[in-house]
Amino acid sequence: MKTLKSWMSTSSMLRAALLAGLLFTLVGLAHAQGAAPAAGMTPEVTKAVADAKQAGVSAGDTAWVLISSALVLLMTPGLALFYAGMVRRKNVLGTMMHSFMAIAVISVQWVLFGYSLAFGPDVKGIIGSLGWFGLNNVGQAPNPDYAATIPHLVFMAFQMMFAIITPALIFGAVAERMKFKAYLLFLILWATFIYDPLAHWVWGVGGFLRHFGALDFAGGLVVHISAGISALVAALMLGKRRGYPDEPMPPHNLPLTLLGAGLLWFGWFGFNAGSALGANGLAANAFVTTNTATAAATLAWVIAEWLRHGKPTALGAASGAVAGLVAITPAAGFVAPWASILIGLAAGLVCYGAVNFRFKVGYDDSLDAFGVHGVGGMVGALLTGVFASKLVNAGGSGLIDGNVNQVLIQLVSILVSVVFCAGGTFLILKLVDATVGLRISKAEESEGMDLSEHGESGYNLADIPIGHGTFTAPATSPAGVHVTAMHVQTEL
Amino acid sequence: MIKIEAVIRDSVVDDVKNALNNVGIAGMTAWEVRGFGHQKGQTTTYRGAEYTVDFVPKAKIELVVADEDAERIIATIVETARTGGIGDGKIFAYPISQCIRIRTGEAGKAAI
Repeated sequence: MKTLKSWMSTSSMLRAALLAGLLFTLVGLAHAQGAAPAAGMTPEVTKAVADAKQAGVSAGDTAWVLISSALVLLMTPGLALFYAGMVRRKNVLGTMMHSFMAIAVISVQWVLFGYSLAFGPDVKGIIGSLGWFGLNNVGQAPNPDYAATIPHLVFMAFQMMFAIITPALIFGAVAERMKFKAYLLFLILWATFIYDPLAHWVWGVGGFLRHFGALDFAGGLVVHISAGISALVAALMLGKRRGYPDEPMPPHNLPLTLLGAGLLWFGWFGFNAGSALGANGLAANAFVTTNTATAAATLAWVIAEWLRHGKPTALGAASGAVAGLVAITPAAGFVAPWASILIGLAAGLVCYGAVNFRFKVGYDDSLDAFGVHGVGGMVGALLTGVFASKLVNAGGSGLIDGNVNQVLIQLVSILVSVVFCAGGTFLILKLVDATVGLRISKAEESEGMDLSEHGESGYNLADIPIGHGTFTAPATSPAGVHVTAMHVQTEL
Repeated sequence: MIKIEAVIRDSVVDDVKNALNNVGIAGMTAWEVRGFGHQKGQTTTYRGAEYTVDFVPKAKIELVVADEDAERIIATIVETARTGGIGDGKIFAYPISQCIRIRTGEAGKAAI
């Protein structure tokens, strides 16, 4: 175990100082370039231009998108609860850490270079440049390319929340068996080399899928298909949990899961309706379609399960809701409410089938990240091509408008995303495996991630003291007998 | 002195406790346990896959009685806990070598 002294060794301090110096130099350089004034730009003119840009800012739009950003952020702890309730008690904290640390890591990565790669000045339609490194040129004035009525910083912050939750979704597939170090390394590599490029292709100015005509209102391709496919690849590469599928591993705390599903449903209004980037009629449409599709999907799953297995489960209801939320994501601002009912029903039924399919085939997508997000995303993306209507959004026209082409465009975009994410995830996982290793050991898996990776226990519910600290010398009885162990009855 | 251990259904614990109080016992201890005998497990489904739960929730009660009371107490438990269905449970009785009341230090039959 490393001591404080060894961490503070001269060589590691030097390395840290060099890295910090390099980072600050880069940020400083980027800012210096941005700050060089063009000819004729006197301070008065500069201020006038800035004021004019600020004048384009709408208070209502800004307020709505700021709130939406907070709503989307809330979805990540919601996801943490949703997943945590489904795993075994001994892995509850490890599972939640996968979501919580994503907030910490991606928030910094996004501000440093993630946002620039995803939405920055286009390079050959494939990626953004590093021109916005450290949020250089991303300020309080709007960027009309993306949203003319809200400060650029707000758009960046809104997009950041999407970048945070997308990788967090993946880890549902490899729950209960991934090393924390591997998780961190995979997280930052996937965000930089898979999410940021894909976001650029679909949403970035100059992105080739955007140019191609792909319709993705809030992230069917960028968030759900990418996470779902990557999840499947990760599940296959990490292998099954020990004991799967013969040993029953029922959810240890379904109330947490339902709470998480509720928070996801709530936050998703920010995810979808916020993607209208304005407090307007389009946001209203997205809000309504989001709620309607989710409700329809919940009903579909519950009824299907009831008919097939005789009892409708709470887990099924929660899963159905999430499936509906996923499927409506690409469609929310393109389709009418009546269409969202059909999208929800389809998602509920298809994802229900996909999730049951998992046991038949035998792979261990532990928390159904592929079954719900991957499959649901594909259903939604495809149906967006069917139900998109100019009556809802002038920017999107699908099969019901007579535009058969859109369905094909969606299909091609789905395939491109699938191939890119599958291949990229495979390579990244190979790299992570070669450097730090992917799985915890057999003994650690038996003991549980909470203890092995985090040295913590999620539920310390015993009333009797189960050990002792080292602050004072332990007391011994008059006879000199020292009791060191206590029997605590635990439930199976 | 005889220790009586009974593994019984959760649903009859309250009735058994009341019946035993009526015939005059000094006290008892109860645990929640899981077990199986001839009663096989229950089937549950998770994500469409069927699982058999082998260990079924039961209750276990323990009490210590005087030799002459053992037969009467056991009969009370049997009568109250029996439903006639598989899974009613079992009773075990065995002699114990010592019994002490912690508060007073009394030992033997006086401590029961």
